Amino acid sequence: MSDRILLKHGAGGRAMRALIEQTFVQGAPGELPPGSVGLDAMDDGAAVRLGDRWLVVTADSHVVSPLFFPGGDIGRLAVSGTVNDLAMMGATEVVGLTCAVIVEEGFSRDTLERVVQSMRAASREARASIVTGDTKVMGRGEIDGLVISTAGVALTDRVVRDAGLHPGDRIVVTGTIGDHGMAVMSLRHDLGLEGDLASDVAPIGQLVALVLGRHGDAVHAMKDPTRGGVASALHEMAGKSGVGVVLDEASLPVRDEVRAAAELVGIDPLYIANEGKAILGVRADAVDAVVATLREHPLGRRAAAIGTCVVERQGTLVLDTGFGRRLVAELEGEPLPRIC
Amino acid sequence: MCLGVPGRVIAVEGDVATVDFWGVRKTVRLDVVDEPVAPGDYVLNHVGFAIRRIPASDIQATLALYEELLAAEDERDPMAADVAGELRGGGGGRP
Amino acid sequence: MTTSAFVPLRDPRRARALAEALSRLTSRIGRDPVSVMHVCGSHEQAIARYGLRATFPRALDVIMGPGCPVCVTDLPEVDEAVALASSGVRIATYGDMLRVPGTASSLAEAQAEGATIDVVYSVSQAVELARTSSEPLVFFASGFETTAVATAAALLGEPPDNFSVLSAHKYIPPVMEIVAEMPGNRVEGFLAAGHAATITGWGVFEPFVVRHGIPVVVAGFEPLDILAGLVRLLELVLEGRAEVSNMYPRCVTHEGNRRAQDTLWRVFRPAGGNWRGIAHVPSGNLRLRDEFAHADARRRFSIDLTSLWGHAPSPLVAQCLCGEIMAGTASPAGCALFGRACTPDAPVGACMVSSEGTCHIWHQYGGRPFLGGDS
Repeated sequence: MSDRILLKHGAGGRAMRALIEQTFVQGAPGELPPGSVGLDAMDDGAAVRLGDRWLVVTADSHVVSPLFFPGGDIGRLAVSGTVNDLAMMGATEVVGLTCAVIVEEGFSRDTLERVVQSMRAASREARASIVTGDTKVMGRGEIDGLVISTAGVALTDRVVRDAGLHPGDRIVVTGTIGDHGMAVMSLRHDLGLEGDLASDVAPIGQLVALVLGRHGDAVHAMKDPTRGGVASALHEMAGKSGVGVVLDEASLPVRDEVRAAAELVGIDPLYIANEGKAILGVRADAVDAVVATLREHPLGRRAAAIGTCVVERQGTLVLDTGFGRRLVAELEGEPLPRIC
Repeated sequence: MCLGVPGRVIAVEGDVATVDFWGVRKTVRLDVVDEPVAPGDYVLNHVGFAIRRIPASDIQATLALYEELLAAEDERDPMAADVAGELRGGGGGRP
Repeated sequence: MTTSAFVPLRDPRRARALAEALSRLTSRIGRDPVSVMHVCGSHEQAIARYGLRATFPRALDVIMGPGCPVCVTDLPEVDEAVALASSGVRIATYGDMLRVPGTASSLAEAQAEGATIDVVYSVSQAVELARTSSEPLVFFASGFETTAVATAAALLGEPPDNFSVLSAHKYIPPVMEIVAEMPGNRVEGFLAAGHAATITGWGVFEPFVVRHGIPVVVAGFEPLDILAGLVRLLELVLEGRAEVSNMYPRCVTHEGNRRAQDTLWRVFRPAGGNWRGIAHVPSGNLRLRDEFAHADARRRFSIDLTSLWGHAPSPLVAQCLCGEIMAGTASPAGCALFGRACTPDAPVGACMVSSEGTCHIWHQYGGRPFLGGDS
């Protein structure tokens, strides 16, 4: 075992979860009011019981190379990531966001302003505002360009956990998968891919508010499939909920461009990051209505029911390919282009 | 080993082709492919190099070959005739 | 949607007829199991990826042989790359090689300790990286002959002087001989790798079937290609015909790709060497010819491996069944280390190393467990 932090410890898979558990969660003192969701739940955020409501708090750091990519930029990513984590707890009434930036000496002022404009635009879209912030500058070479760290606070009457799946529940995804990760990967590894690969980065709080407003109790669990993709999010949900999940490959919404690019570099779209999507565990009798509601919203046009929760094989993810069934294992590290 | 992905040639310039893979375009080197490549042809791409030109008609030929295989099977086993029919009638929809 | 011509080759409904033919042929052969081997990680990837094992009859044992160039890359080859990287030389390599463990560490670990390593998708990218700087850049090259052709083409394309190659390329035909002669192997037929055969031609297997008296079928990589290849192979087994059958004619000819072969052999020569977990394979490695000494990292740099002398191999290595698994005489389920002491995160043996090693694939896709459902 390595005694150093490797890239895999930030890739969203098992290594990252183990690091968080061992280093941050174990032995952490936690005294929250009864009915709260704290650090040990390792959910998308914490929910602190305040009277008859919950105060939901989440924190997020953002580094992306390049800072601007088709479909978005680090600013939009920062706001969306934070708002989406709040929404995944059921908290779509955002009280405020914070924004701390660490900038490298020599960074272009013009670029910084573009990032800030983008954050403002995304905040308006999310009906949230940045209420406080912090700025630090580090020497050249001590940090790579720009790091944005955000926190979000929201109120809700009902907390939706990532651990609430029941056997028989259907799994719904709010749109196409793999768009963000594939768009960024195609730039990062200089793959020379041209075409309509664009990130899906978007704040989906309003989409979630629409579904929860209309179908409330039928939504048993939520999680956003960011780093590590749909596979990693579902592994975590299934493991915490004590169910197995069977996915139907033919139902997975994947854009042709993403499918092709993923095939060229030998990566399964199930492991590729999304930044504007949610996975919902929905009571079976409500699934058609939930999908129909999602499709009414511009960010949910390609929503689809993609799988079912089962009693067997708790914590595992199985894919029905149409030929047969096979396991979908947990991600081991950062997905990399492969040749074989 | 050897992840190979077929794509369709859009343009050829010298030893480099622009190839379309289901909506994603990528340049592919033609240094080692052994036949002249023209727009409309399929090529098999491996690590950015075309290793084989595939005429579009060969895909249908492949399916025909698999049908023949089952037809030969049929002769040995008349029970198999109906499944061979199923192969011929298989849907063309994307999984 | 331009590659949609290939979609029928992924159609589960069309596959059903072929799967049923497999069942009938297996029961007609009448042995349990009927064992065939493929020698290609991409076949195993496709079999696992599409869940094809669920369609195979119980009595048909499709064994994955030593078909993963990353898995069989020998420890000293990884050590050379890690040593170069740790001494400050910039390394470019395929993503597959990053996490392969060496004696003391992998390239990924060397990177965490400060080495500069670029993951590339093509050797052309590595050449471009070399052009952007005057510092030396070593391309750590892995893969079978299919991939070696691209490396050879890059070297013939006049790369900049600071570009050199550390070759871990392997040549597949010789290892089939090794496996066929391994004591205790039950292999009744080989499914040969379609993309390697695209380069070498199917004629390369003719002497093999004569020598060993077992059939070889060349097959492609779409689900229907694999099923059809297996159907053909079982037909030959049933009829006792030791011959080569080409079921991938859209890519493979008898002679192969002559231009690619010329490119390959102008730059590389076959050399004997160890394949991790298998054996010493005569002519199984591809090394640069003397004419390319200037671009051969082994000759340009003095690679210092002395720091590894203190590292004893893990005691677990003695229990590893990789050799038996790749020879088809054991399966991952029969290995005491599998999934416990040996995982993709901390691999002990070669088969767990790469995304296309047998143990890794069984770990990721579940081998052949009962997963419920109709199939």
